[in-house]
Amino acid sequence: MKDGTEKEALGEASSSLPTATRITLRINAAQKQMDVLPWTTLLDALRDYLDLTGTKKGCDHGQCGACTVLVDGKRIISCLTLAIMKDGSDVTTVEGLANGDGLHPIQQAFIDHDAFQCGYCTPGQICSAIGMINEGRAKTADDIRELMSGNICRCGAYPNIVAAIQQAMQADRGRAA
Amino acid sequence: MNSFSYTRAGDVAGAVSEVSGNRAAKFIAGGTNLIDLMKENVARPGRLVDITRLPLSRIEDTPDGGLRLGALVTNADTAYNEQVERRYPLLSRAILAGASPQLRNMATNGGNLLQRARCYYFYDTATPCNKREPGTGCSAIEGFNRMHAILGASEQCIAVHPSDMCIALAALEAVVRVTGRNGDRAIPFADFHRLPGETPDIDSNLGVDEIITSIDLPSKGFADHHAYLKVRDRKAYAFALVSVAAALEMSGDTIKEARLALGGVAHKPWRNTEAEGLLKGKHATRDSFQIVAEAFMRDAKGLSHNTFKIELAKRAIVRALKHAAQMETRP
Amino acid sequence: MTTNYIGQPLSRVDGRAKVTGQAKYAAEYNVPGLAYGVVVSSVIAKGRITKIDASKALRFGGVLQVFTHENAPHTASDDQSYKDEVAPPGSPFRPLRDDRIMFSGQPVALVVAETFELARYAASLVRVDYKSEPHETDLTAKRGQAYEPKLREYIDPPIQPRGDAGKAFARAAVQLEAEYAGPAEHHNPMELFATTVVWEGGGKLTVYDKTQGPQNNQKYICKVFELSDDDVRLLSPFVGGGFGSGLRPQYQLFLTVMAARGLQRSVRVSLTRQQMFTFTHRPQTLQRIALGAAADGRLEALMHEALAETSRFEEYSEQVVNWSGELYHCKNVKLGYKVAQLDLYSPSDMRAPGAAWGLFALESAMDELAWKLRMDPLELRLKNYAEKDLNTGKKFSSKELRECYRQGAERFGWSRRTAAPGSMREGESLIGWGMATGIWEAWQVPGSAKAVLTADGRLTVGSATADIGTGTYTIMTQIAAETLGLPIANVTFELGDSRLPASPVEGGSFTAATIGSAVKAVCEKMRKKVFDLARKMKDSPLAHTRLKEVTFADGYIRLHNDPSRGVSITEAMRHGEVGRIEEEASVVPNFAKQARYIRHSHSAVFAEVKVDEDLGTIEVSRVVSAVAAGRILNAKTARSQIMGGIVWGIGMALEEESVIDQKFGRFMNHNLAEYHVPVNADVHDIDVIFVDERDSIVNPLGVKGLGELGIVGTAAAIANAVFHAAGVRVRQLPIKADKILWSTAREREVLKPAA
Repeated sequence: MKDGTEKEALGEASSSLPTATRITLRINAAQKQMDVLPWTTLLDALRDYLDLTGTKKGCDHGQCGACTVLVDGKRIISCLTLAIMKDGSDVTTVEGLANGDGLHPIQQAFIDHDAFQCGYCTPGQICSAIGMINEGRAKTADDIRELMSGNICRCGAYPNIVAAIQQAMQADRGRAA
Repeated sequence: MNSFSYTRAGDVAGAVSEVSGNRAAKFIAGGTNLIDLMKENVARPGRLVDITRLPLSRIEDTPDGGLRLGALVTNADTAYNEQVERRYPLLSRAILAGASPQLRNMATNGGNLLQRARCYYFYDTATPCNKREPGTGCSAIEGFNRMHAILGASEQCIAVHPSDMCIALAALEAVVRVTGRNGDRAIPFADFHRLPGETPDIDSNLGVDEIITSIDLPSKGFADHHAYLKVRDRKAYAFALVSVAAALEMSGDTIKEARLALGGVAHKPWRNTEAEGLLKGKHATRDSFQIVAEAFMRDAKGLSHNTFKIELAKRAIVRALKHAAQMETRP
Repeated sequence: MTTNYIGQPLSRVDGRAKVTGQAKYAAEYNVPGLAYGVVVSSVIAKGRITKIDASKALRFGGVLQVFTHENAPHTASDDQSYKDEVAPPGSPFRPLRDDRIMFSGQPVALVVAETFELARYAASLVRVDYKSEPHETDLTAKRGQAYEPKLREYIDPPIQPRGDAGKAFARAAVQLEAEYAGPAEHHNPMELFATTVVWEGGGKLTVYDKTQGPQNNQKYICKVFELSDDDVRLLSPFVGGGFGSGLRPQYQLFLTVMAARGLQRSVRVSLTRQQMFTFTHRPQTLQRIALGAAADGRLEALMHEALAETSRFEEYSEQVVNWSGELYHCKNVKLGYKVAQLDLYSPSDMRAPGAAWGLFALESAMDELAWKLRMDPLELRLKNYAEKDLNTGKKFSSKELRECYRQGAERFGWSRRTAAPGSMREGESLIGWGMATGIWEAWQVPGSAKAVLTADGRLTVGSATADIGTGTYTIMTQIAAETLGLPIANVTFELGDSRLPASPVEGGSFTAATIGSAVKAVCEKMRKKVFDLARKMKDSPLAHTRLKEVTFADGYIRLHNDPSRGVSITEAMRHGEVGRIEEEASVVPNFAKQARYIRHSHSAVFAEVKVDEDLGTIEVSRVVSAVAAGRILNAKTARSQIMGGIVWGIGMALEEESVIDQKFGRFMNHNLAEYHVPVNADVHDIDVIFVDERDSIVNPLGVKGLGELGIVGTAAAIANAVFHAAGVRVRQLPIKADKILWSTAREREVLKPAA
């Protein structure tokens, strides 16, 4: 049996769109309800529908990592995620990391080490770093470089990004001790 | 991206019935390939069937001493699974060489098998492509084909399968279990993906109304002597120019069995059991590796921009076998 | 004193905004009633549109309009209106002007809808029919049609020949002749080009635009759409990288304003990453260099020619070859620069335009010459060091390049290098050490700033410049705070607003010098006023003193010689019953003084590579760059600028290439999966040294700018290191494994020592 080719889309002949679905996302610990069509990505839902513009669109095709957020604790690419498929999920974006005026240790480390320049890849770098640390697999600086390679920084701040993450990881270990 | 309707499948039978008889319906799980293709207008399904809630998310032992990887387990969870790391580390290494950590957290095992070729012309609706629209021609053959196939290509299509995971699965001789309207099937990995031939638009032998339920690994994992080598244009987050999954069963310095699978060279992971057989009973030396590499690539044909891959593949085979042989045997 | 901020490694003042996601970029202003535009791009490279059928798109109620050349509203009809301050000679591109297609990816329609997703879908339903014409996109096929271009402002023609380079070359004891090639490259800043136009009513527009030049773009809009200056305000407080791509208005700006005016609504248009490959890029450039030297390494002849692409509609040019006549002492020099027209969008400035290519060729050629001479590459540079510029006969305003060589070599460990290629190895890798010289402009241009000081001791300074990641916000805040002696927390710098005082585009590495000087000047004016108030206070401890006798620090004005006598700034204002002081200053460079000297920054770059002996893959394991760039305003951000330039150099050397399929006349690798820029795993140790360099000529601050110097010479240092590792000289970038493959320990030609 063979795989078939895809035919023209439903709706292409008509001028109407599917009806919207109400979904609930728990974003930065707050319940948010919204009506979305299936085609809305989690990234566009955050940026355009919820005015949470901290998460960035760098390529919209999963090739740069700028749109990285944490969903149910895991770092994922929000531009390739349909919002409707994450109904009921926990989403953490860069806006949810600080505690009032107190920055998350990674945010502070990024400032201390000048781990950004233009700032556009930064929210994605930070969420990715948090996800990476939670995964618990990075032991050496080379591990960090490899495991953060899904976040492109065109300004070239990589050495400082690695240094910032190392600072945050050490602080973590200090706290755990 | 076109307009589409969305539904969630509650069980496998329901999922199958959604796609049976509805050419416009496609499964979506991780979405890392499908959403990308839809945004490029290469894929235009009218209906997406969300299969993420199907009970296909376990990794468990099989009765014959192997390991069953549920189709919906993510690539990351598979790579980091304790059983996989211990018994099939070749598979872990291969998975971790692919994509990015974020994408690996989303992509599923089933989806990894079904990802489409990464050819510039396939992805660009401005340029003709037989895979995307049969009969329109292959723009890559006379075009920029540095990333394209040197084995098993046809006049219709020279694209390569981009997966790393599949190369390891090919070397390990996994079996793909599927189910559909006509019941269950087990497809040996070598028979899952197709060569382009006259039908480049068809990537695999999965039926239009079938769904992958698991990938079964046989008991032999070659955990003691393995290597996954990926040669690419930058250190990470890039497709392979050439990749090699090498697995050896050794007795002292002698090779009892060898498995080799190549990525980046063909429309499907490339095996050559005759070439592999040349290692049987031989010592693990550079010379014996070189003989195998030459045999493996004997039928390779280069195009205007990728002839280098033939030599590169030979050297990568030799290097991968060297690394696989040199691993310390675990107590 | 705690307010001596200049030179300090202060963390960025906009850091918090960036790490918390509060910083907003052009596509992030979600105003009520916003409509969304998506651009439809041409699939042919040259020809005409024969038909546009938007009926399927317009069938949806939420689709508001499909703009094409057939219904585009009237805009200015003369070329001059479309010329921005960076435009080269020629006719600027006008989106939707007519049915002509001039390059693949040209915008042919704008679909505007109530949601982004609907606009994107509707855009895929617009059917465009074309009639193709033959196109030319291969520079190598156009050598016969190369010509000397009408140069852009600020680009000097190749210097007149000096001596007789041809004859001197023929007579030289050692000769090196080589051709070098570089592909088109795309800037690919992380932020996509986007504009949000807010329809304020009454004909007024607030435009959020991704740009390096808020005023340049605001003026462009006013001229093109025939609007009055008051009616358009352009804001760009945060820019996600520019690297030159934002110096000129990009076509989505035009399209967004057009749509907003046409629909009388707020509209946003963001380009896709694929569309980021359809406009500005670094030109493909072919070069030929001939070096003739005496046996002791002294250069006796230097010939350097470059051929670069330009478009059919504009003559873009860069300073590629003149560096060669300046950088080394050589009496016989002949330089040439030509362009050839291709059916592509006009190239434009991309991080160190001209020098990036020119120094790749020159510094590779010098390295090749060094090997021919069996001379240490660094020794060869020192042997031919130029104490003054032979191109013009002028001296350098400052040039601590010798120190750069010395300190860089020492930090790198250059003296431990064994000369023979392939002589250093580690495991399965061959190790290579290469070096190169870097050089860049140190300009200052006219710029203005304003300052407002309020009685609570808060200072706000502003200019219509930009911060594209360079750290403008931070260094200007430091300059202002130190000049008035205020704690930095009390000082704010504003930029990215066309209504702020005049500023050129942020480019050419001249912003620190230009706007920094204006900020210093306006704060000095402010000092005078505040000092006056302080002196006039009843029983003032500063009565009868003069401005040059006091110091401003920590919020106080104190006598140098008796710091116990002082007045706080807030006190002075309070007593003078002054709530607010405003000042403005415009600074024009001291052209007369500056023009007598050559003003450049310099660097010495040392790179180590590991080349896999069998597979040919290359890793840049460490780089040391010693930089002489005058006064360093902020050691932390300065290091980041150079580091970023070095990462760009790694990309340029090993990864970046916009691949043209000549049959389609189209850049085929138009996304971030196929156009490679360095990822984190590609970058290891980068060590930046700032060599002490004082310069009182280059501008009042003594700064030289760092945005671009980091990339210059870096690709050559890497290419030279690759030669040292593997014995393969690659003259065409990028250097990928396949170019090295044939030189393994077994296949490599044996490199014989000189007789």
